[in-house]
Amino acid sequence: MKQNKLVRLFGRAALALGVVLTAGQAGAQTHGGTLTAIIQPEPVILTSALNTAAPTGFFSANVFDGLVEYDNNFKLHPALAQSWDVSKDSKTLTFHLRHGVKWHDGKPFTSADVKWTLENVWKKFHPRNQIIFGSVTSVDTPDDYTVILHFSEPSLAVLSSLNSNGAQVLPKHLYEGTDVLNNPYNNKPVGTGPFVFRQWSRGNYITLERNPDYWDKGKPYLDKIIFKVVPDAGARAAALETGEAQYAPFSPVPLKDAERLAQLPRLKLETRGYDWISPWLFLDVNVDRPYFKDVRVRQALAYALDLNAFNKVVWYGFGKPAISPVVSTLTQFHSEDVPKYGYDPKRAEALLDSAGLKRDADGVRLRVNLDYLPYGDDYKRSGEYIKQALKRIGIEVSLRAQDTPTYTKRIYGDRDYDLSVVWLAGFADPLVGVTRAYGSDSIGKNIPWSNGSGYRNAEADQLIHQAQNSASQSERIALFKQFQQRVQTDLPSIPLLELHFFTVQATNLKDTVSGVDQIYSSLKNAWFDTAPKLAQTAP
Amino acid sequence: MTAASAKQLSQGMARRLLQLLGVVLGVAVINFFLLRLAPGDAAQVLAGEAGAATPEYMLALRHQFGLDQPLLVQFGKYLLNLAQGNLGFSFRHGMPVAQLIAERLPATLLLMGASIAFAVLLGSALGVLAAYRAGKLADVVISTLALLFFATPLFWIGLMLVVVFSVWLDWLPVGGMFTIEAGYTGWAHCLDVARHLVLPALTLGLFYMAVYTRLVRATMIEVRRQDFVRTAVAKGARPLRVLFAHVLRNALLPLVTMLGVQVSSIIGGAVLVETVFSWPGLGRLAFEALFQRDFNLLLGILLCSSVVVILVNWLVDFVYTRLDPRIRLR
Repeated sequence: MKQNKLVRLFGRAALALGVVLTAGQAGAQTHGGTLTAIIQPEPVILTSALNTAAPTGFFSANVFDGLVEYDNNFKLHPALAQSWDVSKDSKTLTFHLRHGVKWHDGKPFTSADVKWTLENVWKKFHPRNQIIFGSVTSVDTPDDYTVILHFSEPSLAVLSSLNSNGAQVLPKHLYEGTDVLNNPYNNKPVGTGPFVFRQWSRGNYITLERNPDYWDKGKPYLDKIIFKVVPDAGARAAALETGEAQYAPFSPVPLKDAERLAQLPRLKLETRGYDWISPWLFLDVNVDRPYFKDVRVRQALAYALDLNAFNKVVWYGFGKPAISPVVSTLTQFHSEDVPKYGYDPKRAEALLDSAGLKRDADGVRLRVNLDYLPYGDDYKRSGEYIKQALKRIGIEVSLRAQDTPTYTKRIYGDRDYDLSVVWLAGFADPLVGVTRAYGSDSIGKNIPWSNGSGYRNAEADQLIHQAQNSASQSERIALFKQFQQRVQTDLPSIPLLELHFFTVQATNLKDTVSGVDQIYSSLKNAWFDTAPKLAQTAP
Repeated sequence: MTAASAKQLSQGMARRLLQLLGVVLGVAVINFFLLRLAPGDAAQVLAGEAGAATPEYMLALRHQFGLDQPLLVQFGKYLLNLAQGNLGFSFRHGMPVAQLIAERLPATLLLMGASIAFAVLLGSALGVLAAYRAGKLADVVISTLALLFFATPLFWIGLMLVVVFSVWLDWLPVGGMFTIEAGYTGWAHCLDVARHLVLPALTLGLFYMAVYTRLVRATMIEVRRQDFVRTAVAKGARPLRVLFAHVLRNALLPLVTMLGVQVSSIIGGAVLVETVFSWPGLGRLAFEALFQRDFNLLLGILLCSSVVVILVNWLVDFVYTRLDPRIRLR
């Protein structure tokens, strides 16, 4: 027994030493190994140029490169574009592309691919890019390695969306002249990225193999990645626990299981790599309801919520109380100078009194429904917490559950709701992710994740429009700060938390986070300190 | 066989085929319109999952899916396709429905076959044992276990099996159908699949095993009291012959009925088990299709399973006549 312990101790010391050594010398990464990652839910298609759903983005960045890459400080680095310049009036953007890059089928990657994808995919089908590439009037390709974009209005937000998720270039020679949405290559992607697509067994797994001709020489380190579809949260936890899977993004297990898994020596939780998404959780208030038209009532809702406790109790600390829809990790755009609504139930009651919502004989001022995002237990418990909190100030809330299409139709189409708990991705530029929740042009048009509150404000619309077309980044920053001031005063949506998603991964899997957008970027830097043992099965 | 009975039989076949056609058509019509009652459509689900959308994107999707056409036109097209044996196209998966179903069918059949074989064989064996030891310790133990499995929810049993056999003991894999990264071929692959099959088949089979145990036990006890059994024993038939030829054969009728129900309902029951064990089968496909409003796919699966139900019913009728000559096919 004792000897065993001693041996283990030595083993650990040696391991620790090994870690120190490898950390000390760059380029000590070992090649080889098969990574089994969990992908959930199963992607619909495998190219995020056409569908920006999270699993598609997580997978396809390994097959497709972006024009640029992020580091861990929101700084841009060259990828397919080796350099880029913006003209003085911000109306021309020039990319100088990398030479000698090949598609996985051996054809050369050129400026024609970028031009074709921009004109036929980003402007037409990409769910987010229409707002930022919409003002591109023409694209010049003077040679195979130069792309020049001409804008009718400046569109500085473009620069925040040129990674593999925002600007995935598709191979023109496989797509031109086809029905893009039904092209068979959507499901057997051909990219330029570090891994080559091998097989997709529906409902089961997707496999990738190392691209030996990758332009970033020496990378990737892993030989193979297997993306396993594991629909049940308990089964995901078990697969990670037994080592059958070594990497699982997007908070793959319930928050209450996360802590237990993190205690295991072979696993760790990683919360970096999600900053580019800038997710914020909020309470949408239907301002078309007569009782929510008065801003005092909406403010009362905000004062009634103790966000610190909410974060601790419901989200197990995987969040940070939010004071604005633009999260604090976007240091450039985030504003501290907004009206704040700290926990103050007395003030909430006073506001409700002054708005004429008096308690009736049962002590109830108002009865409303709350629809929560049907993405799992955490959102349901968020709804339950809000129900409890609002009960204290005399608002009786009943929770409503439904499936996702019913939910989005109710909130964004029929607008038949009172309160809704939802999160949106704000992305690296508020124009891409935040302003859609406040701009008035999308109200009631049945567009998921747009303006759900029904907020119509000329000043806010004007600020969004100005920020979209401003040629100066400092002016845009000022406009966005003004915008935050406006919407936090009117409070059509009450920001609750900046969400911190987490990845569960094996401790011997190194360098999994190389940028703020890691979760939508490739695992080309990841390597195994010691190769994972294959699941012990048949001989 | 006389000419009259042959004619009767062929008439019966014709009637049955007509019945099949009617049921398929009915299922198609009812489901097509029933499913449309669910709020939201496939385009909305896709846009919802994309995390962002614009009106142009939604329009492009609806046009791609054919959702911008009047409902009756969509229905007409669907029926026309169906008449040609074409189950339609799943836009969400970018594949023909028939191909999607065919891809998932082997996994479902394997799971179904294994769990049914397990449930029937073990269930009847335990039932016989309990009947022959009625009131004794073996009977009490078996009946208690049967009651326990009968009453415990499927998914819970599944999760507990995973916790015990995969996480604690590390004997069996957590889920999936085979070890992808190992790349086994031949016998090693078969063995690998078998190892993955054990827990889901067990989970799916336990409930029906309990049902069969109780069923067989009850009917066996009843049949054993009957006169013809006493006669068989009296004329000196060996105990095993009495058991198999006289008692069990007569006790099997209710088992066959129940078996028909199990086979028919297994796609529904498989949803939970396939989810818990990441088994790539049809149940999950159907379940996901519902949440994704992928109606072409869902209709295809519903149609196929309704055909299965009808065929199984025929088979059950046929087996009745073999087991009990007094029953005739009409």
